[in-house]
Amino acid sequence: MSKKKYERPSIKRIENEMPNKFGLRSEYKPMTHIDGVAVKDIIKEHGSPVFVISEKTIRQVYKDAMRAFAIRYPKVQFAWSYKTNYLSAICNVFHQEGSWAEVVSGFEYDKALNNGIPGNKIIFNGPDKTRDDLKKAIDNKSLIHIDHLDEYYTILELADETGLRPQVAIRVNMDTGVYPMWDRFGFNYENGQAWDALNKIMISKKMDLVGLHCHIGTYMMTAEPYGIAAAKLADLAVGLQQKYNHHVKYIDLGGGFAGKNTLKGAYLPGSDTNPSFDDYAEKITSALINSNISPDHLPWLFLETGRALIDEAGFLLGTVIANKRSSIGKRNTILDIGVNILFTSFWYQHKITPAQEFTHHTENTMLYGPLCMNIDVIRENVELPLLNPGDHVVVHHVGAYNMTQWMQFITLRPKVVMIDLEGKIHVIRKGESMNSISDYEGMPKHLTDFKL
Amino acid sequence: MRIKSNIAISDSGFLLNPATGESFSLNPMGVAILKMVKDGKSLEEMTQEISQDFDVSLSILERDIEDFKGTLTQYGILENSKND
Repeated sequence: MSKKKYERPSIKRIENEMPNKFGLRSEYKPMTHIDGVAVKDIIKEHGSPVFVISEKTIRQVYKDAMRAFAIRYPKVQFAWSYKTNYLSAICNVFHQEGSWAEVVSGFEYDKALNNGIPGNKIIFNGPDKTRDDLKKAIDNKSLIHIDHLDEYYTILELADETGLRPQVAIRVNMDTGVYPMWDRFGFNYENGQAWDALNKIMISKKMDLVGLHCHIGTYMMTAEPYGIAAAKLADLAVGLQQKYNHHVKYIDLGGGFAGKNTLKGAYLPGSDTNPSFDDYAEKITSALINSNISPDHLPWLFLETGRALIDEAGFLLGTVIANKRSSIGKRNTILDIGVNILFTSFWYQHKITPAQEFTHHTENTMLYGPLCMNIDVIRENVELPLLNPGDHVVVHHVGAYNMTQWMQFITLRPKVVMIDLEGKIHVIRKGESMNSISDYEGMPKHLTDFKL
Repeated sequence: MRIKSNIAISDSGFLLNPATGESFSLNPMGVAILKMVKDGKSLEEMTQEISQDFDVSLSILERDIEDFKGTLTQYGILENSKND
């Protein structure tokens, strides 16, 4: 006779004084499969921890975002934000869907070129563009978004040197009613810097002013500021129309749309409270259509949203290393997922679910990572079933920034795999090995030997 | 170790400490172990008995029972007897 399934003993105090303001029990609903592939099989084949990307989800979310804008505005173009996740396989899913590339460094620019993006479909943002970067972007007719006047003057010199007409836009910062106001990118709208830069460009007659850009913030949990930003950029476009009889080809609202993650300290889950693509689209497109821009010269609407397009498609699978109790008796569970690979756990309460079936008994658990660092905490408080060493967990919505901001620290960075539309698994980034690190080191000859 | 005499436990896993007014919920394994503690069984007896029926190693059981007893003590359900 086979033995019964074991669950470790558990006791939980019944709290009946105060209702739980966090209120939800969904955390421990198990996720045993991703796109039809068993989590335990992925870990068996590719190790733990491992990032998993769902190609199906990327395409679904992209189509949802495109639909939200395209039904409201006739000319919409997305550009994939490379810094959010520049694994080439992921970039190419977006490119196959029609996204251009939006890059913020020479490295990212070259990555977009290597992925096969035509130069004139690369948007070059960022405060750090070297002279060589700018030269390359001018040669390739890329869309250069000018961040500061030093960059403007370099472009002016390069226009003289090359005899080419750089394709430029200015980055505009502005008060959209949110705090903190982002004023580090580009030229300010309210104090006249933006007009100063526009006048310089128009009067120089050496470059083509093709667009206006802004990037008003990140994880914007209300859509209204985008309406204000779109109205202010539209006002600049109308001004250019009136003053110079010049029509910009596009207005670029940048990125910053919130995903479905829950920020630390939030009472309700982000999936319930954050604006949808339709909310953002409604504000932005209404502001553009209601502006005084001539309908005969309606500019393209460019969007560089990254996080909201990729977060949902990323999962991080991990394994329980050990259980222990804190000094006050609280359940502490150590996972093989640390903050070095889950950078976003510093600001999100990531949804974490077990990857196998459990009973309804749960414990309030603090989840630690494997690093020998006190700050290596994945969740301070999460209701989870009675996990045992060796059990697997799934961290949800990790597609944005984790695979670009991760650190090789104490442990090596793990594999990233993608599940394609047929449920087939592809390794899109190998796990690091000792050679990944040591190959980049040098050893002075006098330090090669020692005696202990 | 023994359970404080005034503690009441139901078969469904509801535990009441009338001295403090606190109530607790136990899973079936928690109830089983608490009953064994009540019957005065040793750690070794408990692990042997449970491992006969459940798919679990002796070492995991030992860790889990020790951890469980620690929690019971923390909640004021167990008290140290003179023999411990």
